[in-house]
Amino acid sequence: MSENIFPLIRAKNLSKIYDGNFTETSALGGVSFDVEAGEFLAIMGPSGSGKSTLLHILGFLDKPTSGDYYFEGKKMEEFNDEELAGIRNKKMGFVFQSFNLLRRTALLENVKLPLKYAGIAEKEQDAMARRALAAVNLPEETFSHEPSQLSGGEQQRAAIARAIVNNPSIIFADEPTGNLDSKSGEIVMQTLQKLNNEGNTVILITHETFTAEYAQRIIRLLDGQIESDNRVSNRRFNGFIK
Amino acid sequence: MNAKNTLKTAITGLKMQRSRSLLTILGIVIGITAIIMVTALGQGAQNLILGEIRSIGSKVIAVAPGRQPEGPTDFISMFSDSLKEKDLAVLRKKENVPHLAKIMPIVFGSEVMAYQADTYRPTIIGGTDLFAEIYDTYPDKGRIFTEEEIKSYADVVIIGFKVKNELFPDSDALNQKVRIKGRNFRVIGILPHKGQSSFFNFDEIAVLPYTTAQRYIFGIKYFNRFTVEADSEDSVLQTVEDIRITLRNSHGITDPAKDDFFIETQASAIDMVGTITSVLTLFLASIAAISLLVGGIGIMNIMLVSVTERTREIGLRKAVGATAKDILRQFLFEAALLTMLGGIIGILLGALFSFGISLILSKALALSWAFVFPVKAALLGLIISAAVGLIFGLYPARKASSKNPIESLRYE
Ligand SMILES: Nc1ncnc2c1ncn2[C@@H]1O[C@H](COP(=O)(O)OP(=O)(O)OP(=O)(O)O)[C@@H](O)[C@H]1O
Ligand SMILES: [Mg+2]
Repeated sequence: MSENIFPLIRAKNLSKIYDGNFTETSALGGVSFDVEAGEFLAIMGPSGSGKSTLLHILGFLDKPTSGDYYFEGKKMEEFNDEELAGIRNKKMGFVFQSFNLLRRTALLENVKLPLKYAGIAEKEQDAMARRALAAVNLPEETFSHEPSQLSGGEQQRAAIARAIVNNPSIIFADEPTGNLDSKSGEIVMQTLQKLNNEGNTVILITHETFTAEYAQRIIRLLDGQIESDNRVSNRRFNGFIK
Repeated sequence: MNAKNTLKTAITGLKMQRSRSLLTILGIVIGITAIIMVTALGQGAQNLILGEIRSIGSKVIAVAPGRQPEGPTDFISMFSDSLKEKDLAVLRKKENVPHLAKIMPIVFGSEVMAYQADTYRPTIIGGTDLFAEIYDTYPDKGRIFTEEEIKSYADVVIIGFKVKNELFPDSDALNQKVRIKGRNFRVIGILPHKGQSSFFNFDEIAVLPYTTAQRYIFGIKYFNRFTVEADSEDSVLQTVEDIRITLRNSHGITDPAKDDFFIETQASAIDMVGTITSVLTLFLASIAAISLLVGGIGIMNIMLVSVTERTREIGLRKAVGATAKDILRQFLFEAALLTMLGGIIGILLGALFSFGISLILSKALALSWAFVFPVKAALLGLIISAAVGLIFGLYPARKASSKNPIESLRYE
C-alpha cells in the first residue's frame, strides 16, 4: 500500500518562479519536506517569503515551476483535471486569507458550494451546511445573510465552515485568524484543533506566535527557502499531546 | 456536478444580472420575431393562393393556344388561333383521350352590355352547359343553357351578380332582353355572389353559348381555351399526355419545341406558387437571420464581460471542487438559457404580430386570409436561438474554464 511507504504529503525541491513582464520573481527556491497524516503544521515567515505560494501548491490550486509534489504517494502531474478537482472537493478544505465568499449569495449557499460539486443530495446539503456553520459558532440568523452584511470575523468563520463542510482530511488555512479579534481567533483555532484531534491534518500559515502554539510542528520560510523545521513541545494545550 | 445542478447554478447566475441579461437578448428576440412573422405571413399568403387554385378542382386541365407566355410583353403567345373546332372533336374521341370526362371550349373578351339606357361592360364568356359544374357556380335564379341552345346559336345569356345589380338594380332581370353588339339576348339565369377567383371575377361576367359568342360577338372561329376535366385525379398526368399527343397529331407537329398550344394543370400551378412563396419566405427569413448573428455577437460580448467580472467566482468554484468541465457547462448553460429565453419571447411576439396582421388583412381587405402558426419555424427558432447561445457562449466559457484557480482568485 502506498500509504504505508509514502507520507500524506511529500514536497521535493519545489520551486516557483513568477514571470513578470520584465522581471522574474522566485517565490520558492527548492523546498523539501514531508507531512504525515494527522499532523498540525504551522508555516511561518516574513511577508513575501513564499508561504501562500507554497500552500497554494500543496492545495492543488497552483502548479510548481519545478520539483515534485507527491500527494498520497502520487505525483501531482499524474492526476488529471477531474481527479485534482475531486481531491480539492472531497479531501481538502482551503481557508483563504481573503475569505473568497461569493457575493450576493447567502452564507448557507456559500457553505453548500463544495457539496454541490460533491453530488450530495440537496436535503443532506442543507443539514451539512448548517452543522458546519454551527461548528464555527455562527448564529442561525446569519445563515441567510449575504457576506456584505457580516463582519470580517463572521465572514472568516463562514469561510472556515465552507472548508470543513465536506469533512476533508486536510485543512489548509492561510492566516485564518488574521482578520479576527483574539476571542474569535481563539474560536477558530479551537475548531481547527478539534478537527486535528479527530485525526485530520491541518496546515496553517500564521504570523502570530499564539496561533502557532496550537501546532505540533513549525516550518519557517525565508526568501523561499526553509529556514527551520521544528517539532514543538510547548503546546498551549498540553492535554492534547498524545 | 450534474446537469440539474448546473442548470440551477446557471439560472442563479442569470438572475443576479437580470436587467443586463434581458437587454442582451434583445437582438435574439428581434431576430426570432422577424423570422416567425415572415414565415407566418408567407405561409398565410401561400395558403390563400393555393386555396384559390384548389377551389377550381384538382382534376381540371387547361389547354391554351400559343406558347407558354415568356413574359408580360409576350403578346404573340396570347393572341393565337391554334385551337379550333376540329381539335375539340378529336379531343372528345374516347380513343384519343380515354380519361377525359368533360371538355368545355371557352372564348372570352370584353363587350358593352345595355339594358334600356343603362350600360355595363362585363367579361363575356362563351362556354357550354358544363360551365356551372366546372366552376361550381349554379344560377340561383333561372337555369343554364341547353345543348340545343348551343347548337342553335341561341341568343341567351347568364349574368353575374354585379352585372344584374348594375343593370337591374330594382327589377327582376330574368327573361329581360339585354343588348350586346346590337343583338338582343334573353337573360335566362343569374349567378349568385362568388367574387374573385384566380381567373376572373364571377360577379362581373356574362356567359353565352360559345357558338353564339364566336359568331355574333367576337367574330372568330377559334377558341381561347379548352377546360378539360379528367375522370380522376390519378389520371390527370395521363390525360395531359394524351391531349398533347392528340393535338400534335391534329396540328401536324413533330418537333415538340414548335408546339402551338400549352397545357396547365392545377398541380403545376400549385408547384409554381409553392416554389415562389417558399423562395421568397426563405429569402426574407435569411435577412432576418442576420439579426440573429448580431444578437449572437452581443451574447458573446456580454458573456465575455460576465466571465471577466466573475473570474474570482470561477476561481473559487474550482478551488472547492469544480472541474473545468463544470465551469464550461455552467457558462454554456447560461448562454443557451439566455438565448432560448430570447427565442421564446421572439416566437410569442412573432406569433402575436402576425396574428394581428392576419386579422387586419382578413378584415380590412376582406381576404380569406387565415393566421397560421408556423410550428416548424418556431421549433427551428428555438433550436437556432439555443445554438446561437452555445456557439457564441463557447469562447467565453472556454476562457472561463481554462484558468488556473489561484490565478482567477487573484484577479482584481
Ligand atoms: N502572481 C504573482 N506574480 C508575481 N509575483 C508574485 C505573485 N504572487 C506572489 N508573488 C511574489 O512571490 C513572493 C512570495 O509571495 P507569497 O504570497 O507566497 O508571500 P507570503 O509569504 O504569503 O507573504 P504574506 O505573508 O505577505 O502573505 C513575493 O515576493 C510576491 O511578490
Ligand atoms: Mg500570503
